[in-house]
Amino acid sequence: MTVADILLLALGAVTLGAALLVVTTRHVVRAGLWLVVALGGLAGCYLVLGAELVAWVQVLLYVGAVVVLLLFAVMLTRAPIGPSRDLDRSRGPAALIGLGAGGGLAVLLVDAYRWTVLELPAAGTAGRLGEAVFREWVLPFEVLSVLLLAALVSAIVISRPDVAAGRLPEPRRAAEPSPDDGRSPDDAGQPASLGGSARGGGE
Amino acid sequence: MHPVIPYLLAALLFGIGVYGVLARRNAVLVLMAVELMLNAVNLVLVTADATLRQHTGQVFTLFVIVLAAAEIGVGLAIVLQLYRLRRSVITDSIDAADGTVFPSAEPASAADRMEAR
Repeated sequence: MTVADILLLALGAVTLGAALLVVTTRHVVRAGLWLVVALGGLAGCYLVLGAELVAWVQVLLYVGAVVVLLLFAVMLTRAPIGPSRDLDRSRGPAALIGLGAGGGLAVLLVDAYRWTVLELPAAGTAGRLGEAVFREWVLPFEVLSVLLLAALVSAIVISRPDVAAGRLPEPRRAAEPSPDDGRSPDDAGQPASLGGSARGGGE
Repeated sequence: MHPVIPYLLAALLFGIGVYGVLARRNAVLVLMAVELMLNAVNLVLVTADATLRQHTGQVFTLFVIVLAAAEIGVGLAIVLQLYRLRRSVITDSIDAADGTVFPSAEPASAADRMEAR
């Protein structure tokens, strides 16, 4: 048992406990907060395994961005603050399949690696990873940027039904009396030529 | 370093994620469990990277993290749209055959619901 082993065991215990709480807690908001602990523990594991850049990207992207997005979604869907009774469906089959998948993979990997000892290689710093990305993985890198753009556009299209239906925003007539004072706050910040598009197109 | 420790951790984390995806009814919580599964795969990639002595595994981990960011963006947009249509994100109550269609096929009602928000 080396220091790396002990660190991995400790961080793994933290991660597993937090992950269990993510899937079992009765508070929706707390599930998101326990997810921070689980992902942070995994970032620690990455650091111990010598993946420096991956660990910091994990902290930046997962803990920083993804969890914040999830908490935004929790609040936008008006999740109750207190405990809710109806978060889970029947747990038996899910536990069976989860145990089967996790246990099966665990047995497979433990049988494959036994108690072999491995010297950790040189740490994956930003320089080394950048070299690997731009020497061998340039094409996937570029394709990934296109995918991010597609995801961005599709998220906008999904959240704007008028755009999804192919009805582009029409310019509003200035003389028209505006009956829609109770418009959604989303439209408030847009210029007049873009606002009220859903109503104009629906008629 | 014994590579079996992170591998075991990843397998158990994946099992927990599978349980969460199957057991949770709230769509946002399902997405959180999906994140756990993706992270288990990332841990396998990083550990395999340490055994292969190249940095391919870590590069792929970065790619998977970016994919997860894209996935969570689109997934949350879908969940929020579902909430706008149904006032609920309980996945049990989604019935694709009940005649309510998505806004691209039924623009007027969806737009009206947006207005009424």
